[in-house]
Amino acid sequence: MTVLRELWGSLVESLEELGAVSRFLIQLVLYSPRALLRFDLIARQIFNSGALSLVIIMLSGLFVGMVLGLQGFQLLRRFGSEDALGTAAAIGLVRELGPVITALLFAGRAGTALASEIGLMRATDQLSAMEMMAVDPVRRVVVPRFLGAVIAMPLLSAIFSVIGLYGAQLVGVQFMHVDSGSFWSQMQAAVALRDINEGFTKSCIFGVACSLIAVHQGYNASPTAEGVGLATTRTVVTSAVVVLFLDYLLTSVFL
Amino acid sequence: MGKSSTLNVGAGTFVLLGFAALAFLTTQTTSHGVHFGRAGHFYTVTAEFDNIGDLKVGAPVSMSGVDIGRVTRIDLDTKAYRAVVALQLNSKYNQIPSDSDASIYTQGLLGGKFVGLTAGGADTYLKDKDQIDFTQSAIVLENLIGQLVANFTKGSGSSDAPPAKSATPTTPEKTK
Repeated sequence: MTVLRELWGSLVESLEELGAVSRFLIQLVLYSPRALLRFDLIARQIFNSGALSLVIIMLSGLFVGMVLGLQGFQLLRRFGSEDALGTAAAIGLVRELGPVITALLFAGRAGTALASEIGLMRATDQLSAMEMMAVDPVRRVVVPRFLGAVIAMPLLSAIFSVIGLYGAQLVGVQFMHVDSGSFWSQMQAAVALRDINEGFTKSCIFGVACSLIAVHQGYNASPTAEGVGLATTRTVVTSAVVVLFLDYLLTSVFL
Repeated sequence: MGKSSTLNVGAGTFVLLGFAALAFLTTQTTSHGVHFGRAGHFYTVTAEFDNIGDLKVGAPVSMSGVDIGRVTRIDLDTKAYRAVVALQLNSKYNQIPSDSDASIYTQGLLGGKFVGLTAGGADTYLKDKDQIDFTQSAIVLENLIGQLVANFTKGSGSSDAPPAKSATPTTPEKTK
């Protein structure tokens, strides 16, 4: 009996959490048009979550692309169709690896920064101080960070894919001597605008999900050192699970 | 002010990079948009085929295994019901005999199709907007298998159904 009650309790709790996040999202979206007028705040956040994540995104993209080139080459050589390497790398990067790995790295690099920053503001009563000055902390602190991250994510994903393609090209064409004409022409024949669109849509949705989770966790963190730490951890864990779940969902929608 | 402006420069650079990456993905990895790196001088010849298989625009054109150009356009001639393929050849290779023949081959087992030119013996050379008269269609795997099965069922009536005999249609393709 107690087990059932516990189960019921945790179910209600998670529903409550989901509802709170959804309401938070609606609130953020409603505040967004006004926030766009103060673009300097958003530009600062694009710099924080986008430009500062560039190095890790580019480095990871390069190595993911190089591994893809190497593994793809070894596999395709068995069938004597190394020329399809460009197609394999481009489709894999643009549709799947670009958005997903970028989102995971983004949650780790920018999401944690957002959550701990807002959480620390909560813990040090900066948010309460703003409220006392009749400044809405959601408008002033949360919305610009959310929008900045949402704008940064698809751009980071595109950069990841391009650097990854360069990595695959580096290994395939420069090291393994796949014909560069075939590499590009087969890729261009096989990749459609639909594929790019799929990757772009995915990265936009992942961006919204990761940023929302980060600012929500930070904003609702318990105002203690432990609470901030917990919010940061939960940001990464929840983002990773949600991104992978959404990825399956979106892929099945697009196919 | 100084810090804020460097920050804006950083954000601006990042956004610019992001959009450049998006533009690269949409124009350079797909068949849409303008492709760079194709500059240089070219001339275009056409060839008519009965069947081009799954030849695609952008497929390489090679002669003796050397890449000398690529397929730029594929059309259907609605009078003769034949495929018209435009081949863009590098003008570095402008001494290709006008009676050369064009055939469609497959790269590897699963690779794409490409057009192979074999030199003829004429004294005149192919010029811009010329047509290659001697062509050989793509070998469609289904037809080949159909032929094989037909041969096999015919052969099984006699006492010895040599697999070597049924395999003969494939050998010319390999040696070519």
